[in-house]
Amino acid sequence: MREYDIVIGLEVHAQLLTSTKIFCGCSTKAGLPPNTNTCPVCMGMPGILPVLNRKVVAYGIKLGLATHCSITRRNIFARKNYFYPDLPKGYQITQYENPLGEHGFLEIEVGHSSKRIGITRIHMEEDAGKNIHDEHEPLSYVDFNRAGVPLLEIVSEPDITSTEEAVAYLKELRQVLMYLDICDGNMEEGSFRCDANISVKPAGSEQFGIRTELKNMNSFKNVQKALEFEINRHIGIVKSGGRVEQDTMLWNAAENRTYSMRSKEESHDYRYFPEPDLLPLEVDDAWIEEVRSLLPELPSARRRRFQLQYGIPEYDADVLTQSKPLADYFEKCTHLLDSPKEISNWIMTSVLRVLNEKGIDISALTVTPEMLTDMLSLIKKGTISISMAKDVFSEMAGTGRSSAEIVKSRGLEQVSDEVDLRDKVRDIIENNPAETEKYRAGKTQLLGFFVGQLMKATRGKANPKIANKIIKEMLDS
Amino acid sequence: MLETARQYRCSTLRPTELVDDLLARIRSGSLNAFITVDEAGAMRDAGKAEKALKQGSGDTLTGIPVAVKDNICTRGIKTTCASKILANFVPTYDATVVERLRNRGAIIIGKTNLDEFAMGSTTTTSTFGPAKNPWDETRTPGGSSGGSAAAVAAGLCAGALGSDTGGSIRQPASFCGITGLKPTYGSVSRFGLVAFASSLDQIGPMARTARDTAVLYDAIKGHDPSDSTSVPRGYPAIDLKSPDMNGIRIGVPDEFFAEGLSPEVALSVRRGISTFEGLGARIIPISLPYIRYGVAVYYIIATAEASSNLARYDGVRYGVRKEGSGDLTDMYMETRAQGFGAEVKRRIMLGTYALSAGYYDAYYKKASQVRVLISQEFEAAFTRCDLIAGPTAPVCAFGLDEMMDDPLSIYLLDIYTIPANLAGLPALSLPCGFSGEGMPVGMQLIAPHFREDTLLGAGMAFQDHTGFHEVRP
Amino acid sequence: MKITEPEVVHVARLARLKLNTGEVEQFQKDLNSILGYMDMLSEIDTTGITPVVHATNIMNVMRPDTIIGSQTLSDALSNAPKHKAGNIVVPKVIE
Ligand SMILES: [Mg+2]
Ligand SMILES: [Zn+2]
Repeated sequence: MREYDIVIGLEVHAQLLTSTKIFCGCSTKAGLPPNTNTCPVCMGMPGILPVLNRKVVAYGIKLGLATHCSITRRNIFARKNYFYPDLPKGYQITQYENPLGEHGFLEIEVGHSSKRIGITRIHMEEDAGKNIHDEHEPLSYVDFNRAGVPLLEIVSEPDITSTEEAVAYLKELRQVLMYLDICDGNMEEGSFRCDANISVKPAGSEQFGIRTELKNMNSFKNVQKALEFEINRHIGIVKSGGRVEQDTMLWNAAENRTYSMRSKEESHDYRYFPEPDLLPLEVDDAWIEEVRSLLPELPSARRRRFQLQYGIPEYDADVLTQSKPLADYFEKCTHLLDSPKEISNWIMTSVLRVLNEKGIDISALTVTPEMLTDMLSLIKKGTISISMAKDVFSEMAGTGRSSAEIVKSRGLEQVSDEVDLRDKVRDIIENNPAETEKYRAGKTQLLGFFVGQLMKATRGKANPKIANKIIKEMLDS
Repeated sequence: MLETARQYRCSTLRPTELVDDLLARIRSGSLNAFITVDEAGAMRDAGKAEKALKQGSGDTLTGIPVAVKDNICTRGIKTTCASKILANFVPTYDATVVERLRNRGAIIIGKTNLDEFAMGSTTTTSTFGPAKNPWDETRTPGGSSGGSAAAVAAGLCAGALGSDTGGSIRQPASFCGITGLKPTYGSVSRFGLVAFASSLDQIGPMARTARDTAVLYDAIKGHDPSDSTSVPRGYPAIDLKSPDMNGIRIGVPDEFFAEGLSPEVALSVRRGISTFEGLGARIIPISLPYIRYGVAVYYIIATAEASSNLARYDGVRYGVRKEGSGDLTDMYMETRAQGFGAEVKRRIMLGTYALSAGYYDAYYKKASQVRVLISQEFEAAFTRCDLIAGPTAPVCAFGLDEMMDDPLSIYLLDIYTIPANLAGLPALSLPCGFSGEGMPVGMQLIAPHFREDTLLGAGMAFQDHTGFHEVRP
Repeated sequence: MKITEPEVVHVARLARLKLNTGEVEQFQKDLNSILGYMDMLSEIDTTGITPVVHATNIMNVMRPDTIIGSQTLSDALSNAPKHKAGNIVVPKVIE
């Protein structure tokens, strides 16, 4: 029995893959020189006004439906007022009352059991710019290129009770966002950002502990480590009879610890009120149904279906559904060749290895599903061996040539012609009388020696099954 | 304005000649009506207009010199809002209304003085000093569009743009004896208008006559996709023939003639209403009990929105920065402390308080609810009448030395103009008489949403039968 | 007194306005007089009234997700009090 219950709630900010910012016609492209991706609207110049990007709402509805939220019909935008140099207007346009999505959930799997994590709300808002700090002088530099990029903020219920669940939830949410094609999920570059609220309480207690907010975790590994650190810190304080102080903590990945941000914090009073520059937004049934009809199959459903339809193990289904393009790749292969488990094996080993080595997406892989399945057919027909196929695959991935071409140009066809092989085995027997003697006297382990000789004679192209059969037959006769 | 256009057509006047003359008069005058005069730009555009007129490709507004309130952005021309904090601000974009005027060939002659960020009723909170009333330079022209009103009254431009959040076009129009229209909320784009209170602000035209006001309104009105609150609908041109007032129902609310109203103003306005009666209008006594809460509602909503709208003046991206001791918060505090005047600070304080934790429901939310009641009350009234008439302001222009130091009594000057802003209704101020001391008195007409045609038509009919608008200072 | 001196100081801090002692006193007095006047609103029963922001019933104003483009860097920085290498420079942000 654990001594303490852990209570975690997560807040995710997901940058949306729209072409333009949420309230102006600037592009959302990242990586441009500072302040070149701005206009008077996203720079918060005097007299300018916001106009809502319709796609942001559509994407919000999409995520809302995918996470079983109820979609709010009458939405209003609100201003969240605070001063910060990267916040051009002195307020962030966001939603406060009546967020776009509410009361949803996400199903996660931890240790073979599944659990529902409640989603409190999903709302639309604008991103801020970026501050960069000078290392030598007491100065900061502000770049507004990111200001106004659309975000969905996804707030979970405090249903998460372990770091494993937290990571599973984040992975699942990220996967859903990527399946929906509304966020690229890049944590390092900040398009998928996560904050956590943590508290601990004596096991079984009804009373929640004092919580701290944890920020600045830009990878799953960091989330795991930061949460563990913070939980232990809480437990340590409580155990020694102390009291956790409500605070915002910053994870420092270099030092593997959290730091209090209290120095900067003051009592926040965001003075939310309805944004008077925007009118109410009414989402009707027709719009919701339109979005629903375009929803792709979501990762959890696809995982289940892969196991049932293709009879592949849970592990395989997990790996193959990591990303939508990968799962699509798998399914395309299965339509071309009815050998799901073999296809799965090849994808999980060779395909993923190449993607990893090259640091590319499946979309950039030169080996198309047709090419992969053609190669698997050659194995089936016995034209090439599995070990040969591995070389063929590498060459396909490198050059984009088809397996047939590679096999032909490198002369890799297996020799399955029994007459030819029998001739060669006869020669080998004649040339190795001592070994033949020993074998025939009962030292059958020497079979390997003869197979090796045959492979040598055929430069590895003998079909191993046939080779074994012939050698055995001829030695035994 | 229409007169100038006529003279242009008969070639008895040329744009360069007129603009040259106006620039000289502005330079030598002492009204302090302008903050920035774009002499070079105005002469250049006058030359262009002259060419267009010669080629016969001009329209009514070609070559017409218009003044623009200095809270409306003009590309390449300083836009200060009469504030120290924006004293050096040069927009890189034109407000939609400015673009529309330019497209019609109008000449932007300069940027007019106002109360800082349009917060005031006297044009005395301007960091560039008070504007003066051309009828008596010891008096205020009203505010906040006091510079625009003074410039029009003194004939320094043919017409002007103002902005009206709680009466800032109508009250100075009444103090300066000119005509001013606060259009329906959503009928004129706010894009490029430096926001004071977004849900109340509206740009509008000011001119000597209702007809000129209508011409200017026609030029600036209409849907603008850059302003989400701009209403997409048809905007037919205003008919410049004065309508038959026979049978028009004019509601006169008791509450508009309550205590605090100067008897001289009451008398002139009552006479103005009788003029309409003489033209065949039916006068209907009505009651609007909730409008007495208008000032309280307004100063909560307007200051709450303002406290947020003015947060962007932080010295980071534009404006005058004061660094202070070197830390960031200090820069904010110093920049804003030195950049804003007392009235602006007072309103930011009030609005911040009204939105702050624990007070939101009692102030902002309550005010937004009472705002609904005021709107509903007007809606009900407009089932019984076509227009509502009353005074524009409770008093005539007063002396700059008679300024009240109590902010509340200044706020109460807006008591008759505020309700139209809260309900988003169009309202017009027309000159309807003079006080014993010879200062103009304004009458206010309010119409249902988008009935600027009724409103301006009534103004034209009134002016066809009266001469108050023709008296010059 | 509706608004206390510490509240005035707190509100000024929220609004990033540096006030001197005289201003604190003055604003406390002014705000109290105005807030006192606003008390008249408590006479009105507003239960059940949905507050509105605009006196218009328009809604669903949106634009298509089409790139219009950005301003030039020189326009973006033309009013900036301090800038360096395209960035706007401010006193150090402490985190
Ligand atoms: Mg957020
Ligand atoms: Zn932009």
